[in-house]
Amino acid sequence: MKSDRQEQQLKFTRRAMMMGVGGATVFVSLAARLHQLQVIETARYRLLSEDNQFNFLLSPPSRGRILDRFGNPIAENRDSYRVVMIPEQAGDAEAALDRLGRVIDITPEQRDRILRNVQRSPRFRPVTIRDDLDWSNFAAINLQTPELPGIIPEVAEIRHYPTGAAFAHIVGYVQPASEAAAGDDPLLRHPGFRIGRVGAEAAREETLRGSAGSLKVEVNAFGRVIRELPEQSNPAIPGEDVRLTIDADIQRFAFERLEGESAAAVAMDVESGDLLALASTPGYDPNMFVTGISQANFSELNQNELRPLYNKALQGTYPPASTFKAVVALAALEAGVVTPNERIQCSGSIELGDREFHCWRRRGHGRVNLRDAVKTSCDVFFYEMAMRLGIDRIATAARRFGLGEAPDIGLAGVSRGIVPDEQWKLSRYGQRWAQGETLITAIGQGFMLASPLQMAVMTARLASGRSVSPRLYLDQPADQGQELVQDPVHLDLVRDGLRAVVHEPGGTSHYTLGGLGVEGVEMAGKTGSAQVYSITAEEREAGVRTQDELPWRLRDHGMFVCYAPADRPRYAVATVVEHGGGGSRAAARPARDILRLLIERDPSAAGPFAARDTGRRSI
Amino acid sequence: MAVFRETVPRTFQEKLFELNWSIVLLLLLLGCAGIGMLYSAAEGAWDPWAIRHLIRFSLGLGIMLIAALFPPRFWMGMSYPIYLGALALLVGVELFGDTVNGAQRWLAIGPIRMQPSEIMKIAVVLALARFYHDLPADKINSPFGLLAPAFLIGAPAALILHQPDLGTAVLVGVTGGAIVFLAGLSWRIIIGGAIAAAFAIPAFLQFGLEDYQRRRIFTFLNPEEDPLGAGYHILQSKIALGSGGLTGRGFIQGTQTQLNFLPEKQTDFIFTILGEEFGLVGGLAVLALYALILANTVAIAASCKSVFLRLVVMGIATTFALYVFINIGMVTGMLPVVGVPLPLVSYGGTVMLAVLFGFGLILGAHIHRNAEPPRGAGILG
Repeated sequence: MKSDRQEQQLKFTRRAMMMGVGGATVFVSLAARLHQLQVIETARYRLLSEDNQFNFLLSPPSRGRILDRFGNPIAENRDSYRVVMIPEQAGDAEAALDRLGRVIDITPEQRDRILRNVQRSPRFRPVTIRDDLDWSNFAAINLQTPELPGIIPEVAEIRHYPTGAAFAHIVGYVQPASEAAAGDDPLLRHPGFRIGRVGAEAAREETLRGSAGSLKVEVNAFGRVIRELPEQSNPAIPGEDVRLTIDADIQRFAFERLEGESAAAVAMDVESGDLLALASTPGYDPNMFVTGISQANFSELNQNELRPLYNKALQGTYPPASTFKAVVALAALEAGVVTPNERIQCSGSIELGDREFHCWRRRGHGRVNLRDAVKTSCDVFFYEMAMRLGIDRIATAARRFGLGEAPDIGLAGVSRGIVPDEQWKLSRYGQRWAQGETLITAIGQGFMLASPLQMAVMTARLASGRSVSPRLYLDQPADQGQELVQDPVHLDLVRDGLRAVVHEPGGTSHYTLGGLGVEGVEMAGKTGSAQVYSITAEEREAGVRTQDELPWRLRDHGMFVCYAPADRPRYAVATVVEHGGGGSRAAARPARDILRLLIERDPSAAGPFAARDTGRRSI
Repeated sequence: MAVFRETVPRTFQEKLFELNWSIVLLLLLLGCAGIGMLYSAAEGAWDPWAIRHLIRFSLGLGIMLIAALFPPRFWMGMSYPIYLGALALLVGVELFGDTVNGAQRWLAIGPIRMQPSEIMKIAVVLALARFYHDLPADKINSPFGLLAPAFLIGAPAALILHQPDLGTAVLVGVTGGAIVFLAGLSWRIIIGGAIAAAFAIPAFLQFGLEDYQRRRIFTFLNPEEDPLGAGYHILQSKIALGSGGLTGRGFIQGTQTQLNFLPEKQTDFIFTILGEEFGLVGGLAVLALYALILANTVAIAASCKSVFLRLVVMGIATTFALYVFINIGMVTGMLPVVGVPLPLVSYGGTVMLAVLFGFGLILGAHIHRNAEPPRGAGILG
């Protein structure tokens, strides 16, 4: 019995020892496992822990400003209150919007957009709920944040255009990148981040945007930011400012002077090529596009007969009409097909083949020399020049003065216009050139088309005698071009004719303008009117005789190009007033007023520097 | 048999003097480690865990000392009633229990909420020890000697598995198996059983487990594959441990813990906090505490004269060791997440009290190591 008990105890002790050894083995393996995790692989887990602990938040760069030539802001950034949702933290997006909907208004339209965006983007990416909240709404959300998980009120920068409509066509506007353009770029997908869509904002996007930084933050397991670590973050590099050659005061004056019309005005420094104004009316408020324009507002802009969204100064093309005659005159002198003193009889029309070509003055100008022809805009004289020069020489001259090619000023959509010649007509219409077409080309009609910008360049080149190119950004090199004429005497004669247009009786603008209105400074100019519609025989029967009796959209386009001072030109201005009637009527006075303001503000051109406020009372 | 009875009755003071103070000291150190880690888990606050842990630990120590003073005869007599009571409570859980996290584990009796499965861990040890104490050595491998223990283990294990609580069921099963093994099960049957298990376990995995249990077992094998899904817990735990390195990030400095990347950090993942904040050094120190306690316990078991005390001590030691193995194995990614706490360190009342009560029995066995209660002394003997 005793041995039995002893044997049982021995057996127990043996088996207990076996279990002890087993247990010890397990303990050693646990210790080995800890050693593996905490010593051998510790670096890897340390990294993973940092991944958990820290997040990099994208910090969008501050967009560069757009300034005028004197540094006045045209596009700047202001603080905006907005609210975003991080779907990952908000859980059910619809429920989160319901909760937020008790604090601020969310329209069904906005709600749909938000839910669509939530669906489309990864759960961790914030989605804008509402932009540009007022202070009371923003404060209300801030107060409620503990009850609104995943809803984050933020202060962000938003684009602001203090000058509104006057600059809309130049600066354009910014908007969130389209889905396709954004792709996987986290910056473009960042809520509230906007890129230039139109105008200089789009053309200079690269300069203005800057580059995104990252903000290192410590987050807990729920993604909530515990603290920020600015010293371990890369700050965003703000975009650079872009300075325009535009003079904000001139631009605003030009815009206001043309308001109410469908018109464009371009002002240019004839020496440097700097564009000082580039106005197109009517305009629109670019700020509307930044925060999201409503469908109704957009339709109104888009369907407006006066086409406010269209930059007429660059994109609009019109027959340059009589403004082109100075170029033809110079070409004729240079080609030697006419002498300064040769007189040509204008009886009101000439015949070519079986067609009759009329002078604008039905009873004719009598015997006119070249200077008179420019001054009185005698069509018959230029018909004669056209026949002597032929279309190719006219076209070559037109191109020398910047017509038929799109000047590269760093904006999209600049029109090329048309300078027709035999080759052009053949390839465009498959037809041979007719001589009658040479005649009407010489008076800037027919196929010929030019934008107000091109008319300004043409005028600047006539004024300076150099192939100066327009420039919109101060950081681009100025191109003063080369001498355009072999013999300055020819150019002087043409310019004298242009001066006479304004300053001599019989000049087409003598009655309407009479001068620049600045003591001791003369100007030179040229009217033009592009026919939109021919008054028919029936209408003439019915008593419609003048442009004023036609419906607006059938009236002639009026245009005027000018420069000053006439003796040592510095500034050129071109205006086009759509359906404004003849050039001396609607277009000449605004052009002259812009030119006067330019002279008044220029110390070198008009004696003592005129104060800025003189700009407003010069009308 | 009277010769084996305690001949000289001892006073309480004499018994206290005999107490195995090294085990008491080691348990105190463990309890303090638990309080410290729970203080850290609450981001450096006594509330809500550390203070309650302290109270429960103090209470548990009292229970432990009282349990140690009772003579083995008393516990032998109480073995079957405790077992039946625990079994009844398990049935009660089955019928009236509260469901927490999808498992029915809790039972409320008046103001006390408890997990009967924790009581069963001790009860099954007591019942088996009593059974083998009464069983003559030559009957151990007889049909009765095999079937009765199988039922004593199988009935509670099945009920616990049905809650479902895989961890505890395994714990009860393995502890019971260990007692059967220590009692002297023949090697033939052990090997035969092992072969049978080799066939039974795959079948069990297929049909005997809840979906979430099976998923846990399979995903623990490769937690990185689904870092935000079922493998999240293990991966986060490994990150915390691994980033702790050799000496840790310092008390209340563990970023994983403090930033809530660890789920249930106060219970099952308390060792992870320790590993993150005190590194390998801290982890090995706690492992050493457990190892020393167990070594002492095995020594006590070997010194006991009676079958009952030997099996009770080894049974409780086995449960205790399994807690430690499974928990640390789980948080280090060696074992699936089965929800077993780290004894005396994890937050949790029932486990704490059950473990300290168990150590009361062990300390009691040490005090009464020479006692030899008679066989077959009746239910209340």
